[in-house]
Amino acid sequence: MINLRIDNKTISVPQGTTILEAATKVGIDIPTLCHMQLHDMNIENKPGGCRICVVEVEGRKNLAPACCTEVAEGMICRTNSVRVINARRTVMELILSDHPAECLTCAKSGQCELQNMAHRLGIRELHYTGGQSSYRIDDSPAIIRDPNKCIMCRRCEMMCNEVQTVGVLTAVQRGFNSVVMPAFQHDLMHSECTFCGQCLAVCPTGALTEVDETGAVIRALADPQKIVVVQTAPAVRAALGEEFGNKPGTLVTGKMVAALRRLGFDYVFDTDFAADLTIMEEGTELLRRLNGYLKGDKSVKLPILTSCCPAWVNFFEHQFPDMLDIPSTARSPQQMFGSIAKTYFAEKLGINRKNMVVVSIMPCVAKKYERGRKEFAVNGNPDVDIVLTTRELAYFLKLFNVDLNSLPDEEFDQPLGESTGAGVIFGTTGGVIEAAVRTAYELHTGKELPRLDFDELRGMKGLREATIDFDGLPLRIGIAHGLGNARKLLEDIQSGKSQYHAIEIMSCPGGCIGGGGQPYHHGKEEILRKRQQAIYLEDELKTIRKSHENPYIQKLYAEFLEKPMSAKAHSLLHTKYFNKHNLAHK
Amino acid sequence: MIIDTHLSETAEVLIKSICTRYKHDKHELINVLHEIQHHLGYLPEDVQQAIANELKIPVAKVYGVVTFYSFFTMIPKGKYNISICLGTACYVRGGELILEEFKRRLNIGVGETSADGLFSLNSIRCVGACGLAPVVTVGNKVYGRVTPQQVRRIIDEYIKIEEELEIAP
Repeated sequence: MINLRIDNKTISVPQGTTILEAATKVGIDIPTLCHMQLHDMNIENKPGGCRICVVEVEGRKNLAPACCTEVAEGMICRTNSVRVINARRTVMELILSDHPAECLTCAKSGQCELQNMAHRLGIRELHYTGGQSSYRIDDSPAIIRDPNKCIMCRRCEMMCNEVQTVGVLTAVQRGFNSVVMPAFQHDLMHSECTFCGQCLAVCPTGALTEVDETGAVIRALADPQKIVVVQTAPAVRAALGEEFGNKPGTLVTGKMVAALRRLGFDYVFDTDFAADLTIMEEGTELLRRLNGYLKGDKSVKLPILTSCCPAWVNFFEHQFPDMLDIPSTARSPQQMFGSIAKTYFAEKLGINRKNMVVVSIMPCVAKKYERGRKEFAVNGNPDVDIVLTTRELAYFLKLFNVDLNSLPDEEFDQPLGESTGAGVIFGTTGGVIEAAVRTAYELHTGKELPRLDFDELRGMKGLREATIDFDGLPLRIGIAHGLGNARKLLEDIQSGKSQYHAIEIMSCPGGCIGGGGQPYHHGKEEILRKRQQAIYLEDELKTIRKSHENPYIQKLYAEFLEKPMSAKAHSLLHTKYFNKHNLAHK
Repeated sequence: MIIDTHLSETAEVLIKSICTRYKHDKHELINVLHEIQHHLGYLPEDVQQAIANELKIPVAKVYGVVTFYSFFTMIPKGKYNISICLGTACYVRGGELILEEFKRRLNIGVGETSADGLFSLNSIRCVGACGLAPVVTVGNKVYGRVTPQQVRRIIDEYIKIEEELEIAP
């Protein structure tokens, strides 16, 4: 153990501890800006670049950055001397001297760590004027990148490279001209960006934000010619409450439905319904491939990979173009919903699809990109018209004076609002494959499942595996969340080492509950755990918990789709993938 | 000048052979870039993409390194590369005035190449000939105690060489 003193408090900590960590243990809250720690994910960003966390160390000439200076025996630190406070404020003023002063209209206002830090350090005046960065703003369909607001904390770079292994964002140039950008200063749209949104989930400022589409929804709702239909993804109900002061893990399903009605949506439906539909298609595909494989058909490839996550689809299209035939061809629940809403449901209403507007509420920014993929449109009319993130829905409700907390619980509309417990667990890592197992088991064995909770598939570990007994057939399952973990599984498949029959992949750590469009969790994994518990709670509360038992799904097949993977189901609910390797820079 | 950024077959072979010699080790990126620039004269986008593919690293990383070190360039150097020393001694003795005069006469900035592809301009830090300050180098030739009035003569020297080359059969 190492003994040291921080602000006259004596403390003993293990070797390798940083001054910042040691200070936290004795209740001293050293301010930090670039530093970020996501404990349970083993992610720490400490480039020591911003210099906000500097402290005085006796016997050392220069001030030391607390986040990346390890403790030493007999060390004496001061975190609040006049010299330290002055240095910290000077550093902050210098950072702000090259930062646009447009807080009032910035998308990050109120949630901005830089703004909070300026307030905490009592900055009332900027004494420095100097160079001003002026970069072009890059607005993709999902993410807006404004490098002028970048403070070079490099958190996004770490998420993009270390956690997601996508490698799009990197620091380029040097000195004052250094900035985080895609290669050749291309737009995100012309890079290998997956639009997972993990960069903007950790960005301390407004340099990375989602595209705000609230205005488009308001215009659609005000148009008397349009029938406006909304769908809500499973992870939204487990996090929306946080934006209204509720504790993480508060389920607000019924209130969310009521709130959407107050906004004026004609039909409030559930993406969980489409998740059940996904299981019918993907589960059937899994069984077909599994049976073919067991019969010795060499043309059948296993494992089958889930395909619900649009960032994951972008990832393998760019980085693993030789494996485009392995993921399931099933579209994501969002796109299945749009497709069914604008065919089956539009027919029921007797309206033209052009007069229907499908709005999605998603925990995700990649969904904004996905809805614009040209294969998901009929004669230029997209299956899903507008995507709002959980955060945008919260702003929207506040704008329309809707107080979520005071609303009664209401039910989704029918027929696209009925869902099972299997549909809701799509929102967390492990949920899609658990839902698939519940249905595939019964379809494969013809027997009723002896249990519904598969604890071996649950949890927060980045890579998990389990073997489920399919009545004598040991079905080997792999689960990855975070694209860096997905890459490991894919490389095993490439090298022939993989032993799995089926693999679930979600791009964001935690799955959709930790999506780039969710309320900012600032790296607190406890929040993700609470959201996960909320998802499993909703599953438990459902009377029907297996997708194939959803009566409205059964009706949809009987009235419209015939059977899973029928020709009609294929054209409406399945897709194909494209080789995008190196295309980005052409 | 039209810059052909299409990766030629010879460039592709060159990149592959250099990366193979470095065992496709991503830690050798700087050495790989150095050698390839030595052969090709510059590192355009397609070349960086090919290097990224060979070393199995994101092209953004390659671009980050290329833009970090002033030695690397994405613009082809001119036939005559003019370097003006701005090291302390040269700077004190008017190196900056020399640089300004070259910029004015060639109508290009630092790091750029003239439209005819003949001249490129860059500033360097100390060539180790401080006694001759201010120093200008063109290719391997060193000019000492340069005055702004001499700049035109230096440029003309190379234009004359080019004119003679054109006349010669």
